[in-house]
Amino acid sequence: MTPLTPPAPAPPLPRGPLSSAVVTALTSGHTAGLPSPEAVTRTDPYGDDLQLALYSLYEQHYWGFAGVDPRREWDPCLLELRATLEDRFMGALRRDVGGDGRPVHGSVREALDALLVEPVRDDGTSVSHYLQRHGELRQLRDYAALRSLYHLKEADPHAWVIPRLRGRAKAGMVAVAYDEFGAGRAEDIHAVLFAELMADLGLNTTYGHYLDAAPAEALATVNLMSLFGLHRVWRGALVGHFASVEVTSSPDSRRLAQAMRRTGAGPAAERFYTEHVEADAVHEQLVRREVIGGLLADEPDVESDVVFGIEATGELDRRLATLLLTTWRQDRSVLRTSPEAPPLS
Amino acid sequence: MPGTSERPCRIALTDDGPLLVPGPVEVTLPDGTVAVSTRCVVALCTCRRSAIYPWCDTSHRRRACHAEEGGSP
Repeated sequence: MTPLTPPAPAPPLPRGPLSSAVVTALTSGHTAGLPSPEAVTRTDPYGDDLQLALYSLYEQHYWGFAGVDPRREWDPCLLELRATLEDRFMGALRRDVGGDGRPVHGSVREALDALLVEPVRDDGTSVSHYLQRHGELRQLRDYAALRSLYHLKEADPHAWVIPRLRGRAKAGMVAVAYDEFGAGRAEDIHAVLFAELMADLGLNTTYGHYLDAAPAEALATVNLMSLFGLHRVWRGALVGHFASVEVTSSPDSRRLAQAMRRTGAGPAAERFYTEHVEADAVHEQLVRREVIGGLLADEPDVESDVVFGIEATGELDRRLATLLLTTWRQDRSVLRTSPEAPPLS
Repeated sequence: MPGTSERPCRIALTDDGPLLVPGPVEVTLPDGTVAVSTRCVVALCTCRRSAIYPWCDTSHRRRACHAEEGGSP
Protein backbone atom coordinates (compact mmCIF):
# COMPACT_ATOMS: atom_id res chain seq x y z
CA MET A 1 0.00 0.00 0.00
CA THR A 2 1.32 3.44 -0.94
CA PRO A 3 1.21 5.60 2.16
CA LEU A 4 -0.42 8.99 1.76
CA THR A 5 2.43 11.30 2.63
CA PRO A 6 1.62 13.73 5.43
CA PRO A 7 -0.66 16.52 4.23
CA ALA A 8 -0.19 20.30 4.42
CA PRO A 9 1.60 21.13 1.17
CA ALA A 10 3.52 24.37 0.71
CA PRO A 11 1.40 27.43 -0.13
CA PRO A 12 0.90 27.76 -3.90
CA LEU A 13 2.63 30.22 -6.20
CA PRO A 14 0.25 33.18 -6.72
CA ARG A 15 -1.28 33.73 -10.16
CA GLY A 16 -2.37 37.36 -9.81
CA PRO A 17 -3.27 40.04 -7.26
CA LEU A 18 -6.12 38.13 -5.54
CA SER A 19 -4.23 34.89 -5.00
CA SER A 20 -1.10 36.84 -4.06
CA ALA A 21 -2.99 38.78 -1.37
CA VAL A 22 -4.60 35.58 -0.04
CA VAL A 23 -1.33 33.65 0.18
CA THR A 24 0.36 36.63 1.86
CA ALA A 25 -2.47 36.98 4.38
CA LEU A 26 -2.45 33.23 5.10
CA THR A 27 1.29 33.02 5.67
CA SER A 28 1.73 36.35 7.49
CA GLY A 29 -1.53 36.49 9.43
CA HIS A 30 -1.94 40.13 8.36
CA THR A 31 -5.20 40.72 6.52
CA ALA A 32 -4.90 44.48 5.95
CA GLY A 33 -3.87 44.05 2.30
CA LEU A 34 -6.80 41.89 1.22
CA PRO A 35 -8.51 42.97 -2.01
CA SER A 36 -11.72 45.00 -2.08
CA PRO A 37 -15.03 43.64 -3.43
CA GLU A 38 -14.53 45.94 -6.45
CA ALA A 39 -11.22 44.25 -7.23
CA VAL A 40 -12.97 40.86 -7.11
CA THR A 41 -15.67 42.12 -9.49
CA ARG A 42 -12.99 43.01 -12.05
CA THR A 43 -11.50 39.49 -11.99
CA ASP A 44 -12.43 36.63 -14.34
CA PRO A 45 -14.65 34.32 -12.24
CA TYR A 46 -13.23 31.21 -13.96
CA GLY A 47 -9.66 32.49 -14.22
CA ASP A 48 -6.49 31.28 -12.53
CA ASP A 49 -6.24 34.15 -10.05
CA LEU A 50 -9.73 33.93 -8.57
CA GLN A 51 -9.88 30.14 -8.62
CA LEU A 52 -6.51 29.81 -6.89
CA ALA A 53 -7.47 32.44 -4.27
CA LEU A 54 -10.67 30.51 -3.55
CA TYR A 55 -8.88 27.16 -3.56
CA SER A 56 -6.30 28.45 -1.07
CA LEU A 57 -9.03 29.66 1.29
CA TYR A 58 -10.93 26.37 1.03
CA GLU A 59 -7.76 24.39 1.65
CA GLN A 60 -7.76 25.79 5.20
CA HIS A 61 -10.84 23.60 5.86
CA TYR A 62 -9.00 20.46 4.74
CA TRP A 63 -5.27 20.16 5.60
CA GLY A 64 -4.15 23.78 5.18
CA PHE A 65 -0.71 24.78 3.97
CA ALA A 66 2.65 24.20 5.64
CA GLY A 67 3.56 27.19 7.78
CA VAL A 68 0.00 28.58 7.92
CA ASP A 69 -1.61 28.90 11.36
CA PRO A 70 -4.61 26.49 11.41
CA ARG A 71 -6.67 29.22 13.10
CA ARG A 72 -6.72 31.12 9.78
CA GLU A 73 -9.56 28.71 8.86
CA TRP A 74 -12.00 30.91 10.81
CA ASP A 75 -10.39 34.33 10.30
CA PRO A 76 -13.39 36.66 9.75
CA CYS A 77 -11.52 38.85 7.22
CA LEU A 78 -10.59 35.81 5.13
CA LEU A 79 -14.13 34.45 5.39
CA GLU A 80 -15.49 37.80 4.23
CA LEU A 81 -13.22 37.76 1.19
CA ARG A 82 -14.12 34.13 0.56
CA ALA A 83 -17.81 35.07 0.47
CA THR A 84 -17.10 37.77 -2.13
CA LEU A 85 -15.14 35.32 -4.29
CA GLU A 86 -17.93 32.75 -3.94
CA ASP A 87 -20.55 35.30 -5.01
CA ARG A 88 -18.51 36.12 -8.11
CA PHE A 89 -18.06 32.42 -8.97
CA MET A 90 -21.69 31.45 -8.28
CA GLY A 91 -22.97 34.51 -10.15
CA ALA A 92 -21.06 33.42 -13.24
CA LEU A 93 -22.27 29.83 -12.93
CA ARG A 94 -25.86 30.93 -12.47
CA ARG A 95 -25.51 32.93 -15.68
CA ASP A 96 -23.75 30.24 -17.70
CA VAL A 97 -25.66 27.15 -16.61
CA GLY A 98 -28.62 26.84 -18.92
CA GLY A 99 -29.66 30.18 -20.31
CA ASP A 100 -30.73 33.52 -18.89
CA GLY A 101 -29.90 32.32 -15.43
CA ARG A 102 -32.53 29.59 -15.63
CA PRO A 103 -31.69 25.89 -15.44
CA VAL A 104 -31.90 23.76 -18.58
CA HIS A 105 -33.92 21.09 -16.83
CA GLY A 106 -37.14 21.72 -14.98
CA SER A 107 -36.82 18.77 -12.64
CA VAL A 108 -34.22 16.51 -11.08
CA ARG A 109 -35.60 13.58 -13.05
CA GLU A 110 -35.04 15.40 -16.34
CA ALA A 111 -31.56 16.53 -15.34
CA LEU A 112 -30.55 12.99 -14.32
CA ASP A 113 -32.21 11.35 -17.32
CA ALA A 114 -29.96 13.44 -19.55
CA LEU A 115 -26.92 12.02 -17.75
CA LEU A 116 -28.25 8.45 -17.83
CA VAL A 117 -28.09 8.20 -21.62
CA GLU A 118 -24.88 6.74 -22.95
CA PRO A 119 -23.59 8.08 -26.26
CA VAL A 120 -23.39 5.35 -28.91
CA ARG A 121 -20.09 6.71 -30.17
CA ASP A 122 -17.45 9.22 -29.19
CA ASP A 123 -18.79 12.66 -30.08
CA GLY A 124 -15.40 14.28 -29.57
CA THR A 125 -16.24 15.98 -26.28
CA SER A 126 -15.55 13.17 -23.81
CA VAL A 127 -12.22 12.86 -22.01
CA SER A 128 -12.73 9.19 -21.17
CA HIS A 129 -13.57 8.28 -24.78
CA TYR A 130 -10.46 10.13 -25.94
CA LEU A 131 -8.17 8.45 -23.42
CA GLN A 132 -9.72 5.03 -24.09
CA ARG A 133 -8.88 5.24 -27.80
CA HIS A 134 -5.94 7.63 -28.13
CA GLY A 135 -4.56 8.21 -24.65
CA GLU A 136 -0.82 7.88 -24.27
CA LEU A 137 0.89 7.35 -20.94
CA ARG A 138 1.96 11.00 -20.75
CA GLN A 139 -1.66 12.09 -21.17
CA LEU A 140 -2.86 9.63 -18.55
CA ARG A 141 -0.15 11.04 -16.31
CA ASP A 142 -1.33 14.63 -17.02
CA TYR A 143 -4.89 13.61 -16.30
CA ALA A 144 -4.07 11.84 -13.03
CA ALA A 145 -1.83 14.68 -11.80
CA LEU A 146 -4.57 17.21 -12.37
CA ARG A 147 -7.38 15.02 -11.06
CA SER A 148 -5.34 14.26 -7.93
CA LEU A 149 -6.59 17.56 -6.47
CA TYR A 150 -10.06 16.04 -6.64
CA HIS A 151 -9.41 12.36 -5.93
CA LEU A 152 -7.07 12.87 -2.96
CA LYS A 153 -10.04 14.68 -1.34
CA GLU A 154 -12.47 12.06 -2.62
CA ALA A 155 -15.74 12.15 -0.64
CA ASP A 156 -14.31 14.52 1.99
CA PRO A 157 -16.45 17.61 1.22
CA HIS A 158 -19.45 15.32 0.74
CA ALA A 159 -19.16 14.28 4.37
CA TRP A 160 -19.97 17.87 5.39
CA VAL A 161 -23.53 17.42 4.13
CA ILE A 162 -24.30 14.49 6.45
CA PRO A 163 -25.47 16.58 9.47
CA ARG A 164 -27.74 18.51 7.09
CA LEU A 165 -29.64 15.41 5.97
CA ARG A 166 -31.94 13.07 7.81
CA GLY A 167 -33.84 9.82 7.32
CA ARG A 168 -33.35 8.00 4.02
CA ALA A 169 -31.13 10.74 2.61
CA LYS A 170 -28.73 10.51 5.55
CA ALA A 171 -28.68 6.69 5.63
CA GLY A 172 -28.08 6.53 1.86
CA MET A 173 -25.34 9.16 1.93
CA VAL A 174 -23.52 7.39 4.75
CA ALA A 175 -23.79 4.02 2.98
CA VAL A 176 -21.99 5.52 -0.04
CA ALA A 177 -19.48 7.37 2.12
CA TYR A 178 -18.67 4.14 3.99
CA ASP A 179 -17.67 2.58 0.67
CA GLU A 180 -15.70 5.67 -0.43
CA PHE A 181 -13.79 5.62 2.84
CA GLY A 182 -12.80 1.97 2.50
CA ALA A 183 -15.67 0.21 4.35
CA GLY A 184 -13.59 0.00 7.52
CA ARG A 185 -10.31 -0.82 5.79
CA ALA A 186 -7.77 1.99 5.51
CA GLU A 187 -6.10 0.37 2.51
CA ASP A 188 -9.37 0.54 0.54
CA ILE A 189 -10.06 4.27 1.02
CA HIS A 190 -10.64 5.53 -2.52
CA ALA A 191 -8.19 8.41 -2.05
CA VAL A 192 -5.57 5.78 -1.15
CA LEU A 193 -6.43 3.73 -4.25
CA PHE A 194 -5.90 6.89 -6.28
CA ALA A 195 -2.50 7.50 -4.67
CA GLU A 196 -1.58 3.96 -5.76
CA LEU A 197 -2.71 4.75 -9.30
CA MET A 198 -0.47 7.83 -9.20
CA ALA A 199 2.47 5.74 -8.03
CA ASP A 200 1.93 3.33 -10.96
CA LEU A 201 2.12 6.33 -13.29
CA GLY A 202 5.32 7.57 -11.68
CA LEU A 203 3.63 10.61 -10.13
CA ASN A 204 4.28 12.19 -6.76
CA THR A 205 1.52 11.01 -4.39
CA THR A 206 1.96 13.83 -1.86
CA TYR A 207 -1.34 15.56 -1.10
CA GLY A 208 -1.53 18.87 -2.97
CA HIS A 209 1.70 18.30 -4.89
CA TYR A 210 0.16 19.26 -8.24
CA LEU A 211 -1.65 22.39 -7.11
CA ASP A 212 0.79 24.72 -8.90
CA ALA A 213 0.53 22.55 -12.03
CA ALA A 214 -3.27 22.56 -12.18
CA PRO A 215 -5.02 25.03 -14.49
CA ALA A 216 -8.02 27.08 -13.35
CA GLU A 217 -10.46 24.67 -15.00
CA ALA A 218 -9.26 21.87 -12.70
CA LEU A 219 -9.30 24.08 -9.60
CA ALA A 220 -12.87 25.16 -10.36
CA THR A 221 -14.19 21.57 -10.25
CA VAL A 222 -12.72 21.12 -6.76
CA ASN A 223 -13.84 24.57 -5.60
CA LEU A 224 -17.40 23.76 -6.60
CA MET A 225 -17.60 20.73 -4.33
CA SER A 226 -15.88 22.58 -1.47
CA LEU A 227 -18.34 25.46 -1.81
CA PHE A 228 -21.40 23.21 -1.91
CA GLY A 229 -20.06 21.10 0.96
CA LEU A 230 -19.25 23.99 3.28
CA HIS A 231 -22.59 25.78 2.98
CA ARG A 232 -25.75 24.33 4.47
CA VAL A 233 -27.75 26.51 2.11
CA TRP A 234 -26.24 24.52 -0.79
CA ARG A 235 -27.06 21.06 0.62
CA GLY A 236 -29.36 20.33 -2.32
CA ALA A 237 -26.67 21.40 -4.79
CA LEU A 238 -24.06 19.25 -3.03
CA VAL A 239 -26.34 16.23 -3.37
CA GLY A 240 -26.94 17.09 -7.04
CA HIS A 241 -23.20 17.43 -7.60
CA PHE A 242 -22.60 14.06 -5.95
CA ALA A 243 -25.31 12.38 -8.04
CA SER A 244 -23.81 13.83 -11.18
CA VAL A 245 -20.37 12.46 -10.33
CA GLU A 246 -21.69 9.02 -9.40
CA VAL A 247 -23.98 8.71 -12.44
CA THR A 248 -21.24 9.58 -14.94
CA SER A 249 -18.45 7.72 -13.19
CA SER A 250 -19.20 4.06 -13.92
CA PRO A 251 -19.12 4.18 -17.76
CA ASP A 252 -16.27 6.73 -17.72
CA SER A 253 -14.31 4.48 -15.38
CA ARG A 254 -14.78 1.50 -17.72
CA ARG A 255 -13.17 3.51 -20.54
CA LEU A 256 -10.39 4.80 -18.30
CA ALA A 257 -9.66 1.26 -17.06
CA GLN A 258 -9.29 0.24 -20.72
CA ALA A 259 -6.92 3.16 -21.29
CA MET A 260 -4.80 2.08 -18.32
CA ARG A 261 -4.78 -1.53 -19.53
CA ARG A 262 -3.92 -0.62 -23.13
CA THR A 263 -0.99 1.58 -22.10
CA GLY A 264 0.28 -0.88 -19.48
CA ALA A 265 -0.02 1.79 -16.79
CA GLY A 266 0.07 -0.81 -14.03
CA PRO A 267 -2.22 -2.93 -11.84
CA ALA A 268 -3.11 -0.23 -9.29
CA ALA A 269 -3.88 2.28 -12.05
CA GLU A 270 -6.25 -0.22 -13.61
CA ARG A 271 -7.73 -1.26 -10.27
CA PHE A 272 -8.75 2.27 -9.34
CA TYR A 273 -11.03 2.48 -12.35
CA THR A 274 -12.29 -1.13 -12.39
CA GLU A 275 -13.26 -0.66 -8.73
CA HIS A 276 -15.22 2.46 -9.71
CA VAL A 277 -17.08 0.67 -12.51
CA GLU A 278 -18.66 -1.64 -9.95
CA ALA A 279 -18.80 0.68 -6.94
CA ASP A 280 -20.35 3.61 -8.73
CA ALA A 281 -23.01 1.47 -10.41
CA VAL A 282 -24.21 0.90 -6.82
CA HIS A 283 -23.55 4.45 -5.60
CA GLU A 284 -25.51 5.92 -8.48
CA GLN A 285 -28.60 3.92 -7.47
CA LEU A 286 -28.25 4.85 -3.79
CA VAL A 287 -27.72 8.53 -4.50
CA ARG A 288 -30.65 8.77 -6.90
CA ARG A 289 -33.11 6.64 -4.96
CA GLU A 290 -32.21 7.21 -1.34
CA VAL A 291 -30.28 10.47 -1.08
CA ILE A 292 -32.10 12.60 -3.66
CA GLY A 293 -35.38 10.73 -3.24
CA GLY A 294 -35.18 11.07 0.54
CA LEU A 295 -34.10 14.71 0.48
CA LEU A 296 -36.85 15.78 -1.91
CA ALA A 297 -39.50 13.87 0.03
CA ASP A 298 -38.30 15.77 3.09
CA GLU A 299 -37.64 19.14 1.50
CA PRO A 300 -39.32 19.50 -1.91
CA ASP A 301 -38.29 23.17 -2.06
CA VAL A 302 -34.63 22.32 -2.68
CA GLU A 303 -35.31 20.56 -6.01
CA SER A 304 -34.09 23.55 -8.04
CA ASP A 305 -30.85 23.55 -6.02
CA VAL A 306 -30.32 19.86 -6.79
CA VAL A 307 -30.82 20.64 -10.49
CA PHE A 308 -28.36 23.55 -10.20
CA GLY A 309 -25.79 21.26 -8.56
CA ILE A 310 -26.12 18.78 -11.42
CA GLU A 311 -25.92 21.45 -14.12
CA ALA A 312 -23.08 23.44 -12.52
CA THR A 313 -21.04 20.23 -12.26
CA GLY A 314 -21.71 19.51 -15.94
CA GLU A 315 -20.74 23.05 -16.94
CA LEU A 316 -17.37 22.93 -15.14
CA ASP A 317 -16.68 19.38 -16.36
CA ARG A 318 -17.27 20.55 -19.93
CA ARG A 319 -14.88 23.47 -19.49
CA LEU A 320 -12.20 21.12 -18.15
CA ALA A 321 -12.85 18.58 -20.92
CA THR A 322 -12.54 21.27 -23.59
CA LEU A 323 -9.19 22.38 -22.19
CA LEU A 324 -7.86 18.81 -21.91
CA LEU A 325 -8.94 17.73 -25.38
CA THR A 326 -7.73 20.94 -27.03
CA THR A 327 -4.26 20.77 -25.52
CA TRP A 328 -3.85 17.04 -26.12
CA ARG A 329 -4.91 17.37 -29.76
CA GLN A 330 -2.20 20.03 -30.09
CA ASP A 331 0.22 17.53 -28.53
CA ARG A 332 0.86 19.77 -25.53
CA SER A 333 0.72 19.10 -21.80
CA VAL A 334 -2.22 20.53 -19.90
CA LEU A 335 -0.14 21.07 -16.77
CA ARG A 336 1.20 24.54 -15.99
CA THR A 337 4.45 22.95 -14.89
CA SER A 338 5.59 19.56 -16.13
CA PRO A 339 5.41 16.63 -13.74
CA GLU A 340 8.55 14.76 -12.90
CA ALA A 341 8.40 12.34 -15.80
CA PRO A 342 10.39 9.22 -15.04
CA PRO A 343 11.84 7.31 -18.01
CA LEU A 344 9.21 4.93 -19.33
CA SER A 345 10.15 1.30 -19.13
CA MET B 1 -27.37 -20.19 7.34
CA PRO B 2 -29.35 -17.61 5.42
CA GLY B 3 -32.62 -16.52 6.93
CA THR B 4 -31.38 -16.59 10.49
CA SER B 5 -31.78 -12.84 10.85
CA GLU B 6 -34.93 -11.73 12.58
CA ARG B 7 -35.44 -9.06 9.93
CA PRO B 8 -36.20 -10.05 6.35
CA CYS B 9 -33.56 -9.31 3.73
CA ARG B 10 -34.52 -5.99 2.10
CA ILE B 11 -34.16 -6.11 -1.69
CA ALA B 12 -35.07 -3.33 -4.12
CA LEU B 13 -36.06 -3.84 -7.74
CA THR B 14 -35.18 -0.78 -9.78
CA ASP B 15 -37.42 0.09 -12.69
CA ASP B 16 -34.64 0.26 -15.26
CA GLY B 17 -31.60 -1.48 -13.88
CA PRO B 18 -30.18 -3.79 -11.26
CA LEU B 19 -31.56 -5.54 -8.22
CA LEU B 20 -30.20 -3.89 -5.07
CA VAL B 21 -29.43 -6.35 -2.30
CA PRO B 22 -27.69 -5.88 1.03
CA GLY B 23 -24.21 -7.36 1.06
CA PRO B 24 -22.08 -9.22 1.59
CA VAL B 25 -23.42 -11.78 -0.88
CA GLU B 26 -22.32 -14.96 -2.61
CA VAL B 27 -23.88 -15.51 -6.02
CA THR B 28 -23.77 -18.97 -7.57
CA LEU B 29 -23.64 -18.73 -11.34
CA PRO B 30 -25.17 -21.31 -13.73
CA ASP B 31 -21.77 -22.94 -14.26
CA GLY B 32 -21.36 -23.43 -10.52
CA THR B 33 -18.79 -20.72 -9.97
CA VAL B 34 -19.40 -18.43 -7.01
CA ALA B 35 -19.01 -14.67 -7.16
CA VAL B 36 -18.56 -12.81 -3.88
CA SER B 37 -19.18 -9.15 -3.09
CA THR B 38 -18.60 -7.63 0.32
CA ARG B 39 -20.19 -4.23 -0.40
CA CYS B 40 -22.87 -3.09 2.02
CA VAL B 41 -25.19 -2.76 -0.97
CA VAL B 42 -24.69 -4.87 -4.08
CA ALA B 43 -26.21 -4.13 -7.51
CA LEU B 44 -27.06 -7.38 -9.32
CA CYS B 45 -27.33 -7.14 -13.10
CA THR B 46 -30.76 -8.05 -14.49
CA CYS B 47 -30.26 -7.03 -18.13
CA ARG B 48 -27.47 -9.59 -18.69
CA ARG B 49 -25.43 -7.06 -20.64
CA SER B 50 -22.92 -6.36 -17.87
CA ALA B 51 -19.26 -7.03 -18.60
CA ILE B 52 -18.78 -7.79 -14.89
CA TYR B 53 -21.83 -10.04 -14.52
CA PRO B 54 -23.42 -10.80 -12.04
CA TRP B 55 -22.67 -7.23 -10.89
CA CYS B 56 -24.21 -4.20 -12.60
CA ASP B 57 -21.86 -2.03 -14.70
CA THR B 58 -24.60 0.36 -15.97
CA SER B 59 -24.75 -1.38 -19.37
CA HIS B 60 -28.57 -1.34 -19.06
CA ARG B 61 -28.58 2.38 -19.83
CA ARG B 62 -30.35 3.73 -22.85
CA ARG B 63 -27.96 4.60 -25.65
CA ALA B 64 -28.35 7.53 -28.01
CA CYS B 65 -26.41 8.95 -30.93
CA HIS B 66 -25.98 12.28 -29.20
CA ALA B 67 -25.93 12.49 -25.45
CA GLU B 68 -27.49 15.75 -24.34
CA GLU B 69 -24.96 16.07 -21.61
CA GLY B 70 -22.01 14.24 -20.20
CA GLY B 71 -19.17 15.06 -17.91
CA SER B 72 -15.76 13.74 -17.18
CA PRO B 73 -15.41 11.56 -14.12
